[in-house]
Amino acid sequence: MSTLTASRVFAPIGTAGSLFAFALDVLRNLFRRPFQLREFLQQAWFIASVTIIPTALVAIPFGAVIALQVGGLIQQFGAQSFTGSAAVLAVVRNAGPIATALLVAGAGGSAIAADLGARKIREELDAMMVLGIDPIQRLVVPRVLACMLVAVFLNGLVSVVGVSGGYFFNVVLQDGTPGAYLASFTALAQLADVWQGLAKALVFGMIAAIVACYKGMNAKGGPKGVGDAVNESVVITFMLLFVVNFVMSAIYLQLVPPKTG
Amino acid sequence: MGVEIKVDDLSKSFGKDLIWANVSLTIPAGEVSVMLGPSGTGKSVFLKTLIGLLKPNTGSIVIEGLDIASCSEKELYEIRKLFGVLFQDGAMFGSMTLYDNVAFPLREHTKKSESDIRSVVMEKMELVGLVGAEGKLPGEISGGMRKRAGLARALVLDPEIVLFDEPDSGLDPVRTSFLNQLIIDLNAQIDATFLIVTHDINTARTVPDNIGLLYHKHLAMFGPREMLLSSEEPVVRQFLNAQRVGPIGMSEEKDADELESEKDIEMPPLPPIPMQQEPSNGIPRRSQREPGAWCREHGITPPPGSFEENMPMATGA
Repeated sequence: MSTLTASRVFAPIGTAGSLFAFALDVLRNLFRRPFQLREFLQQAWFIASVTIIPTALVAIPFGAVIALQVGGLIQQFGAQSFTGSAAVLAVVRNAGPIATALLVAGAGGSAIAADLGARKIREELDAMMVLGIDPIQRLVVPRVLACMLVAVFLNGLVSVVGVSGGYFFNVVLQDGTPGAYLASFTALAQLADVWQGLAKALVFGMIAAIVACYKGMNAKGGPKGVGDAVNESVVITFMLLFVVNFVMSAIYLQLVPPKTG
Repeated sequence: MGVEIKVDDLSKSFGKDLIWANVSLTIPAGEVSVMLGPSGTGKSVFLKTLIGLLKPNTGSIVIEGLDIASCSEKELYEIRKLFGVLFQDGAMFGSMTLYDNVAFPLREHTKKSESDIRSVVMEKMELVGLVGAEGKLPGEISGGMRKRAGLARALVLDPEIVLFDEPDSGLDPVRTSFLNQLIIDLNAQIDATFLIVTHDINTARTVPDNIGLLYHKHLAMFGPREMLLSSEEPVVRQFLNAQRVGPIGMSEEKDADELESEKDIEMPPLPPIPMQQEPSNGIPRRSQREPGAWCREHGITPPPGSFEENMPMATGA
């Protein structure tokens, strides 16, 4: 009985371990030739096509909410002239990568998990291995790279749309001055913020794709198993993303001193 | 000329569930063998273990001097190029047309030009009777066609070993016998080692050179077709003649009471051994034996009426 409970308790550690092992496998296969360019382009196009519109639509209210909240707060402090700066910081540093990652995981990752899960239960992946082709190299690596690429571009999209949304709400609805909003852009924000936003998007895209592929390739138990795999992949990705976001933000704040003046 | 598969003391379990243990057999090169067994005895697991998709808990599988159970991932991918596998549902890639499916291994593993690929693919498509359906997606065709397409893909790299996972499941009797004829003709043509996993008795009785029977977590018997068809061993006899009387029950194994109550019931006499299916062009296969040869060599009198032409198929008592 005690061994049974012990194995139950430690089961998640086993899963985490095999997910990590899977990630290492992917990493090793990244450098194996031939590189699947065609699959990579197809996947990148596919992921971009399912994520661009929802991302843009999410980014507008995202920027607006930040403008409203931060704008209100900053007005109470009497520092209206820094509204633009605050919006840029919030969007570029955190909201951009997070919104990107949620959409890459929710739209792109779920599609990847469903696709690979269906292939798994239809024995397509087995067939591929039997034909002497490693599905990690042939299917997973291109998907991971495609997700990373699309995440970086989406991050740019979210930043632009988010900042413009913030501008619109601040200037049109909160009677801010356009000049002050634009002028304060560079008051607190710096170029390193953009780099760390891109780096985050890159890492988040990678995590989303690896978790989705791992879950899809380990789907079992018929069509229901595919549904479970998709569900689990989205939940696990979200949890990982917020933890990783916290860690990366903490490291960034240690490494790059805040801009003064 | 096919390759021998030497399996020694193989066992496999999932967690605490033992699937089978102590499986030792040698699948002879170039011959057609069938692995039989009641539903749920791990026939498909055995097949997947043979190609290294599943790792056995103990034992070895030696093919051309390489032990599949313990070799490296890289060696495994290399040795798999010797294999052609027909999966239960064909396992076609759903996003590709039949043509691309069959061409897939060639495009991945060879540097052939598209026109060379075309000629190989069309040759295999013709072999399985799918000319005209190359442009269809796997979702648009029937299960039987998917199976034949799967066979075309399995054959495209000219494998030395061809494994069939229930080639007859879900097919009507006419298509099944066409497929069986195709298997025999293929064996005559390419001389590869064939292993068919099935529970169709007609297939088992008429197609192979060798039969194996997996039952109750072990290999009950493996040997030449005539040896098993003339065997008095209760399990073998019950299964190959599809009878209710015998040690196999509805769920795995009968209990002591049931066996006791059946003690006095005589098992029906062995039905005659049918002729082995021959290649359609009439030229005997290299591994084909003369009908009744094994029985004569081992001094066993086959059941009356054996090896007569046009004998009705046995479908059980």
